[in-house]
Amino acid sequence: MVSQIDPVAIDTIIDRYQGEEGILIQVLLDVQHEYNWLPQEALKRISDRLGIAFSEVYRVASFYKAMSLTPRGYHLIRVCLGTACHVRGAPRILDKVERAINIKAGETTQDMKFSLERVNCLGCCALGPVMVVDGEAHGNLVPAKVEEILNEYY
Amino acid sequence: MAQLKSSAELEAFREAILNKKGTERPCITICSGTGCRAYASETVSTAFEEEIKKQGLEDTVDVKTTGCHGFCEKGPLVVILPGEICYVQVKPTDVVQIISQTIVESKIVDHLLYTDPVTGEKAVHESEIPFYKNQARLVFGNNSKIDPTNIDDYIVLGGYSALSKALFKMAPEEIIKEVKNSGLRGRGGGGFPTGRKWEECRYAPRDIKYVIVNADEGDPGAYMDRSLLEGNPHSVLEGLIIGAYAIGSHVGYIYVREEYPLAVENVFIAINQAEEYGFLGKDILGSGFDFTIKVHRGAGAFVSGESSALMTALEGRVGEPRPKYIHTVISGIWDKPSTLNNVETWANVPLIINNGADWYASIGTESSKGTKIFSLVGKVNNTGLVEVPMGTSLRDIIYNIGGGIPEGKKFKAVQTGGPSGGCIPESLIDSPVDFDELSALGSMMGSGGMIVMDEDTCMVDTARYFLDFLADESCGKCTPCREGIDQMLTILTHITEGEGQDGDIELLEEIAEVTRDASLCALGQTAANPVLSTIRYFRDEYEAHITEKRCPAGVCKALISYYIQPDKCKACLICLKNCPSGAITGGKKQIHVIDQGKCIKCGICFDVCPKRFSAVEKISGRPVPLPPPIEARTIRERKPRRKH
Repeated sequence: MVSQIDPVAIDTIIDRYQGEEGILIQVLLDVQHEYNWLPQEALKRISDRLGIAFSEVYRVASFYKAMSLTPRGYHLIRVCLGTACHVRGAPRILDKVERAINIKAGETTQDMKFSLERVNCLGCCALGPVMVVDGEAHGNLVPAKVEEILNEYY
Repeated sequence: MAQLKSSAELEAFREAILNKKGTERPCITICSGTGCRAYASETVSTAFEEEIKKQGLEDTVDVKTTGCHGFCEKGPLVVILPGEICYVQVKPTDVVQIISQTIVESKIVDHLLYTDPVTGEKAVHESEIPFYKNQARLVFGNNSKIDPTNIDDYIVLGGYSALSKALFKMAPEEIIKEVKNSGLRGRGGGGFPTGRKWEECRYAPRDIKYVIVNADEGDPGAYMDRSLLEGNPHSVLEGLIIGAYAIGSHVGYIYVREEYPLAVENVFIAINQAEEYGFLGKDILGSGFDFTIKVHRGAGAFVSGESSALMTALEGRVGEPRPKYIHTVISGIWDKPSTLNNVETWANVPLIINNGADWYASIGTESSKGTKIFSLVGKVNNTGLVEVPMGTSLRDIIYNIGGGIPEGKKFKAVQTGGPSGGCIPESLIDSPVDFDELSALGSMMGSGGMIVMDEDTCMVDTARYFLDFLADESCGKCTPCREGIDQMLTILTHITEGEGQDGDIELLEEIAEVTRDASLCALGQTAANPVLSTIRYFRDEYEAHITEKRCPAGVCKALISYYIQPDKCKACLICLKNCPSGAITGGKKQIHVIDQGKCIKCGICFDVCPKRFSAVEKISGRPVPLPPPIEARTIRERKPRRKH
């Protein structure tokens, strides 16, 4: 995949933490925010600048959930599967979303429109089961309502 | 703002804001915790600000967006001070009425009050609502009175007076003694005595020491730490600074989940303000004590909430646990002595310093002191954050505060302690809640998640759910945890899919025990709890799945079928139109029939069938009856009688 990584932008992020220790995770999170994923060139630049082996940078980037090593879709759908949502029927919501956009959790649609994630508690259990699209919460869901909500994002 | 340079200056400043404020002026507080925000509370706040401007009332009434009030079920919540008039489920369209009636004419808007679903009684004040009435909100109570982005609000309520007392009137050893005597135990899950931790760290042989706030709250269904940090960040900072002074640390870390953007934002604001006022930085309040706080965002790994793993994550590495034969209070971040406590634990510290160890120890039970915040969620009427003295019974929490189970369903179990906890059945619902009682029941306190389950919850599926979670979150470093959890998950999945065999229960018990005994960290050591506790209390449900291929709660997809009862179907076409797999045949006046071969068991037909018909039935453990023959599917309606 060809991507446009501006080394200067990466350097700017790194420079914010000048002189501090243990910043790799913070830098990766900032780059993730900037590009919505972690392109390989960015990881290489970070590895060079911080003097941390590429394998170690990769290991950290692949360990944490907030970091993505593949490009993510335009809209991010997060279906909460925390315990409260689970007992209120969240698995059926996830099923329905997966069928509606024809991908599994953790995947992105081919047209790069949607990425689907399952998350383990968004802290708004009163609304469960809940699905968050681009930060907007849709609560007290039933499977029959899912498609109607997703249509708003097409 | 010039930095405050002494205890006296802080008190003078507090006096000054109190005098300036005047207590009579009404203040509209709007809950803006994450729960209420999801209900669009921000549009309510904006509506208030606009309406007040429109009516020219800027000088007579204040508007304040506060942290989480806790009664998430009824959000967005609006409380009007000083009278504490409480309005629930407020919409932007209600704002004009609230201003014109309550603010201008001092009248109550009746339809926005909380109505007790049982008695039908309305409650005007927050304190009269049963949800609040039966709590003891020592740590969480100030959330609803404070704008978390304004340090003055915290100071008005006595904020930083504990710090001033600790710095000027107490020696570090005295503080540690006070915390030890209070009986405070870690609120993050382990329940380790906080004072002992501090003491060991203070006397650890190194110059540089660290203190850490663990705000990597990862238990699904628990969000009290988030709400505290979002809603009252200074109470956590104050506790941390006191702890740092007692231990002899000059650098602290707050490790907060990236998924909690509001908490991250409010913590940064709070730190900046505390520095500006002289509560952080060099020569705090003129005492000569220096202390700074750094914030690290956690990137989402459940296992990194474990203390040694969190410390490796703070170093910027993969957050995996290590064996703890050398405690982190001796060798933690960068091999320096480090004291880690969770958000709620730190927030308890100012209370103990202000009121004394004896006062604190008078609350709670023999082995667990103080109060605990629980997040009461799941199948319960009043979802929300609940703070009660240790030792309160599960029944009081679930029924008196939580309002019982919705829709008249039967209570089945309550799950405490997150994925490492267990399920407690109805027969034990009168048990008091404290660290040791919950452990004796095969569960644990954990960080305080309390998930209520009703008759529609399958306990085997629940165990499978937690093991699935843990399998995903196990870092894989040690074999017993990695393999043990995986094998238990495989067996549980088989059982829920109708492929359970005789001997599975015993095998699960055996693997669970080995995983518990041989794993490196708490994640693996406690992974057995969801399995063992459900087997202990709900063995019959396991047996039904294995021998009868029946899911008593009607949850496990492979073991249930949906069936339309011919005598109840009114041929309304709703299920037929909503079926995503085209499995339902029928038509106008034609009884609908599910083609079991095409059915994907999504349950949509069951949901959409009008309640007054309730024609769709879940069947488990017995064959699905054959549909009526085609010629018998026409519904003959009785002709209405003609009027003469």
